[in-house]
Amino acid sequence: MAIPRRKGIWWFIKGIGLVLASVFALLRGLWLTFSKFFSRPVTIQYPERKREVAPRWRGVHYFESTTGGDTLCVACGLCVAICPSQCIRLVAVELDGGGRYPEIYEINTVRCIYCGMCAEACPVNAIKLGRNYEFVDYRREDLVLDKGRLLANAPKEV
Amino acid sequence: MEQIYFLIETLAKVVVVFAVLMGAVAYLTLAERKILGHIQVRYGPNRVGPFGLFQPIADGIKAFFKEDVVPARADQLLFVIAPMISITAAISLFAVIPFGEYIELFGRRVSLTLADLDIGLLYVFAIASLGEYGVVLGGWSGYNKYGLMGALRAAAQMISYEVALALSVMGVLMISGTLNLVEIVQQQAGWHWNVFFQPFAFIFYIICALAEINRTPFDMPEAEAELACGFNIEYSSMKFALFFMAEYAHLVAVCAIATTLFLGGWDGPFNLPPALSWIWFAAKTGILVYFFIWERGTFPRLRYDQIMKFGWKFLLPLALANIFFTGLIMVLTGA
Repeated sequence: MAIPRRKGIWWFIKGIGLVLASVFALLRGLWLTFSKFFSRPVTIQYPERKREVAPRWRGVHYFESTTGGDTLCVACGLCVAICPSQCIRLVAVELDGGGRYPEIYEINTVRCIYCGMCAEACPVNAIKLGRNYEFVDYRREDLVLDKGRLLANAPKEV
Repeated sequence: MEQIYFLIETLAKVVVVFAVLMGAVAYLTLAERKILGHIQVRYGPNRVGPFGLFQPIADGIKAFFKEDVVPARADQLLFVIAPMISITAAISLFAVIPFGEYIELFGRRVSLTLADLDIGLLYVFAIASLGEYGVVLGGWSGYNKYGLMGALRAAAQMISYEVALALSVMGVLMISGTLNLVEIVQQQAGWHWNVFFQPFAFIFYIICALAEINRTPFDMPEAEAELACGFNIEYSSMKFALFFMAEYAHLVAVCAIATTLFLGGWDGPFNLPPALSWIWFAAKTGILVYFFIWERGTFPRLRYDQIMKFGWKFLLPLALANIFFTGLIMVLTGA
């Protein structure tokens, strides 16, 4: 209570004014919390209701597939080169027709920082980042995505 | 024969009061979390059972099965005794509080008070200050610097606010002229509530009570941010739960005493039969408890020196002035 150090009747009146002002401030605070008490909580009850993610959200990766169901990837290695956390492992093979094909394509999602550079770099738009953010497992090995799981991660056509 | 009746009656009342009190304390923890949640525009616990109603049970089971750690360098005896002092003092307060008028059972008139003491209010103050020992000893015996700091603050704060608390109640005593809580309630019957004659005393009492039970904005002994929980820092498992229960029982007790002294106890409109008079008592106490939770969701914690300054330089003189003016008016009106 910062009551001014001046004597006389003004000192007294000022002190009372200060006290009244503080009490009014306290009551205003109480009114604010009381009105919030009756307002609707903003909580989104998570497992039952999920928050819509942003349009450019970068979730777990997936492979775009050809009409035959195989990956579009041409194993050029640009994603491996650009990946800042170096979490992509690619073993490419030459096909008879001269094309390249990823024999092994693994993304270690434990190391991945979900920057989306692989998707940016991909010349054929084969690797993309999806919208799924619920990606947990009990063992680290299970968090490494291979070609099959990347293909399975693709969003279902509705 | 009469003595056996008396014994059975008292035992039954003790069991009922204890059960209701413990139930109220358990669900008060849930109510506090819910109300604070809604004040902060969220739900609060709502997962365990319908509306989270089984949360206190889950908390109790959890507390019971936790490891009971006693620090190696702690004062073993005091460390164990401190929570017991706390909870005993908090529960003993309910011995003198009149919950209702009386109830007719098996042709006997059973008054809804455990002990109709002539020095009820004195007993309340004596037991309430006993509760401080639990906090002080608990903080001191744990051999922890934060605990010690909490204990020191508790000692200073609770003792200085106890003075103002006693002085704020003095106005009621002057009006009623008795320490017997049942008589104080009876004198207030028919809307002659003391709060209308002693509004400032009521406000002082509420403020001092907040400091007395270590609640925000006066929760110095257990300031989370500075003292990491303060006096109960080394406590775990059921010992911590005892402190916790003591805190809430003390909260209910303080509100019940405020109801008795200022808000007319069981008195209320609609002329309820005496057997149901406890409803008004419960309602008034509940509203006060709600206020105590509400203000916790509103006010920040004061600084330690501000608390002491406020207590000694502001509250104490005003409580004294209240006594003075009460006396003056009583002399002038010849009451």
